[in-house]
Amino acid sequence: MPDATDRKIIEATQGGLPLTPEPYQAIAEQLGLTAEDVMSRLSAMQDKGIIRRIGAVPNHYKLGYRFNGMTVWDIPDDTIDDLGQKVGQLDFVSHCYHRPRHLPEWPYNLFAMVHAKSREDVDNQIRQIAELLGGFNHGCDVLYSTRILKKTGFRRSEKSRAGQPVSDETALNV
Amino acid sequence: MDEIDCKIINILQNGFPVCAAPYRQAAAQLGLTEQELIARLKALLDSGALTRFGPLYNAERMGGALTLAAVKAPEDRFDEIAGIINSFPEAAHNYARSHELNMWFVLATETPGQILQTITAIEQQTGLTVYNMPKIKEYFVNLKLEA
Repeated sequence: MPDATDRKIIEATQGGLPLTPEPYQAIAEQLGLTAEDVMSRLSAMQDKGIIRRIGAVPNHYKLGYRFNGMTVWDIPDDTIDDLGQKVGQLDFVSHCYHRPRHLPEWPYNLFAMVHAKSREDVDNQIRQIAELLGGFNHGCDVLYSTRILKKTGFRRSEKSRAGQPVSDETALNV
Repeated sequence: MDEIDCKIINILQNGFPVCAAPYRQAAAQLGLTEQELIARLKALLDSGALTRFGPLYNAERMGGALTLAAVKAPEDRFDEIAGIINSFPEAAHNYARSHELNMWFVLATETPGQILQTITAIEQQTGLTVYNMPKIKEYFVNLKLEA
């Protein structure tokens, strides 16, 4: 768990890194820390998985990826970890989760978000996943988002310093 | 966006150095100067091609809780239901989706217990069943959107 100083760094960087030649130094100055401290804490948070990665987060739509489908699959529970890992490795899958079924109406337990520039590409991607799953695929569906009803991102406000989640990759299109 | 912008997006999705002058180091890899890279990143952020540039945090490792949940909103109550769900500050995202379960939202709270409280409150206010689908396991992904 991040400590109070880590949280200050998180708060200072959740909007992004400063676009100045020495960004970690700039953050350090803002927080009254040394650049070394900021860098070692960022590296440690990366090692612990608190930071997934540092880098560019593109906007799917602006890059032409307008077809974002939530593909859902019914997979035997005893093979799901093995297959889920393989599905996650496909280069067009942005999120891959094992989630609970709600029988009888919701039999699906593997969720994989896919991103493509055309409907045809999505169909292709679904075929690739289906091939990979082979006989373990007991049913699937794809849910396209038709409208964004709310999108706030996970931002920590001044009021909730206790640990409201901050931006997560899932923010793009869960 | 030109070829260099695409290259910047493609390469810098993989990571960014943690060192005294990281833009200089990344720029060298891209065959650019530090100032060119900074100017182009600024432009990509301004145009919205990049939503962010910096650390991407994992909400759960921060001590918070997240879940994905869905409801079957009857068509004639769709806007009303969306309004109720969106009124909860815990609802971070809400999407209409093409399915009988036609409204999918993410709840983000400070503790796991608050997730269940929020779901109960949404069920009471909407009169609908909330299908709670918290992740059991997350599989490693290595997405790179080719720009």
